[in-house]
Amino acid sequence: MNTPTLRASGERVVRVRGLSLRIHRRSFWVGLACLIVALGAAGYSLTIGDLPLSLGDVWAALTGHADPGTTRIVLDWRLPRVLMALFGGIALAMSGAVFQTLTGNPLGSPDIIGFNTGAYTGALLSMLVIGGGSTGTTVGALIGGTATGALVYLLALRHGLHGYRLIVIGIGVSAMLGAINSYLMITVKLEAAITAQVWGAGSLNTIRWIDLTPTILITLICLPPLLALWRQAGMLGLGVETASGRGVNVKLLRVALLVLGVVLTAAVTAVAGPIAFVALVAPQIALRLCRGPGIPLLPTAFLGAALLVISDLVARTLLAPVQLPVGVVTVVLGGGYLVWMLISRLRKA
Amino acid sequence: MAPESTLEAVALRVGYGQNPILPELSVTIPPGSFTVIVGPNACGKSTLLKSLARILPVESGRVLLDGADIKALRTKELARRVGLLPQSSVAPEAITVIDLVSRGRHPHQGVFRQWSAEDEAKVARALEDTGLTDLASATVDRLSGGQRQRVWIAMVLAQDTPIVLLDEPTTFLDLAHQIEVLELCARLHRDGRTLVAVLHDLNQAARYATHLIALHEGQIVAEGAPAVVLTEDTVERVFGVRARIIPDPETGTPLIVPRAHGAVAASAGTGTITGTSVPEPEHI
Repeated sequence: MNTPTLRASGERVVRVRGLSLRIHRRSFWVGLACLIVALGAAGYSLTIGDLPLSLGDVWAALTGHADPGTTRIVLDWRLPRVLMALFGGIALAMSGAVFQTLTGNPLGSPDIIGFNTGAYTGALLSMLVIGGGSTGTTVGALIGGTATGALVYLLALRHGLHGYRLIVIGIGVSAMLGAINSYLMITVKLEAAITAQVWGAGSLNTIRWIDLTPTILITLICLPPLLALWRQAGMLGLGVETASGRGVNVKLLRVALLVLGVVLTAAVTAVAGPIAFVALVAPQIALRLCRGPGIPLLPTAFLGAALLVISDLVARTLLAPVQLPVGVVTVVLGGGYLVWMLISRLRKA
Repeated sequence: MAPESTLEAVALRVGYGQNPILPELSVTIPPGSFTVIVGPNACGKSTLLKSLARILPVESGRVLLDGADIKALRTKELARRVGLLPQSSVAPEAITVIDLVSRGRHPHQGVFRQWSAEDEAKVARALEDTGLTDLASATVDRLSGGQRQRVWIAMVLAQDTPIVLLDEPTTFLDLAHQIEVLELCARLHRDGRTLVAVLHDLNQAARYATHLIALHEGQIVAEGAPAVVLTEDTVERVFGVRARIIPDPETGTPLIVPRAHGAVAASAGTGTITGTSVPEPEHI
């Protein structure tokens, strides 16, 4: 069937047996390019380390044709970290896309609802109460982050959920938790404080398969409902009343998005600590690259993956053999982005 | 388009506490009419319109669509039957005319049914009806105020609902564009839609409406054909303005001419007559 009208917005309609999907052409190519960059960087990342390997060696190890030593290096040591960067990047970026769409604000990110600060509080408390251990830290971070997210949501909910309100309350709660965190840091033992600091920077250095599996599973579970909701989520950009008038159940949609956004951040933060700025930056860069009217979900996800894999690559190689926490690299990246955004906004004004 | 349907409110109470915006309002929108709601600022016009489309929560009372309470309808089902264009619409940056108009089709679409032949036809028709076909690929933020308002109306047209509710569609437009939008509304009404609009300009309301509802402090003061509703007495009671009513030399509909120094002190509070385009404050 002909669809001349949609061509005017740079879209194509793909039809399979009575089903139809609208695809924004530019977003499709941007998404594909980001995916290729992410996978390419991931492949390269597997070759470097104390024992440099060729791409051929890596491929042989992945397909089970390498010697036991190489197999062990690639599969047990390097692959978990690279996979965590890939899936963590996807999860964080999608979470950012969710929060920016939900709040209608380019500064929206899981950080704004206090998730990361709350997760830090949870991790510190678990170190203080049960004396650390990675499982304790993970669980503590999970509980702390989710509880903070829920608290901010409930506080913002009065008089109906409003994007701006969510941001302001999130900043307030974060600031208070930040004070508590500082207090806890001077209360815990020195060793625990050092561990906490490393966790708080956000690092992929010690990721093992057992840490990684939940992150991959949660990302894969959250993806289909998010894709299904994304068209409706885009309607929020027209204003709440206009979206409602077009048949969007705004209340339900917001709760669903909020839950998915929090779960996706939690899946990464609980394991790797708060990795800042990927959630903030990826959606905005994808939006500018795709030039559509709303944040594109899959291009954002793949861009986030590419960003985190490359950041981790930099963190591993910049001061080798010293390995930086990846959070340090993403903070530099995000700081640069914020400066750039402020300057470009000032120029516009 | 679906056959004509009836929208009515029964003992509607909206707003909280001792001073609700609508204390107890019952009204029936005549099927096939071009109903216009008039009244001073903060009289509850927008509130009524939003309640009819279930955008605002109702404290008590019911809104009936073809006899059934709209509370029980799914959001999408309701949006297939009643299309509301609120005043607060915002166009996302960089959105194209066609993209925005096509979003009117949302209630007819699903996750895996994003663009049907019917979607294509209805959107093409909506663009044509609003004279936007040539601007389809333009971005909305580059358009003039009048063109932009046509885009929003096109979106509601693409939605293809038998009942269309428009909240102050002419506000912020200059006179030429106001008339353009009202002519468009009149044409849609002639094509068989039931139209309900909130308008500020009494003379425009008198000229285009087939059914007029005059609202004051959340209560209906008068309703019916414009010639019946717009008496000197009603205008003074609702708007607090003494006026002469003469036949419009163009159409014969009532024309309200405020008397010199005709404002009646402290009668209708903040309301002023014709020509003001101050939007009502948001109630929620």
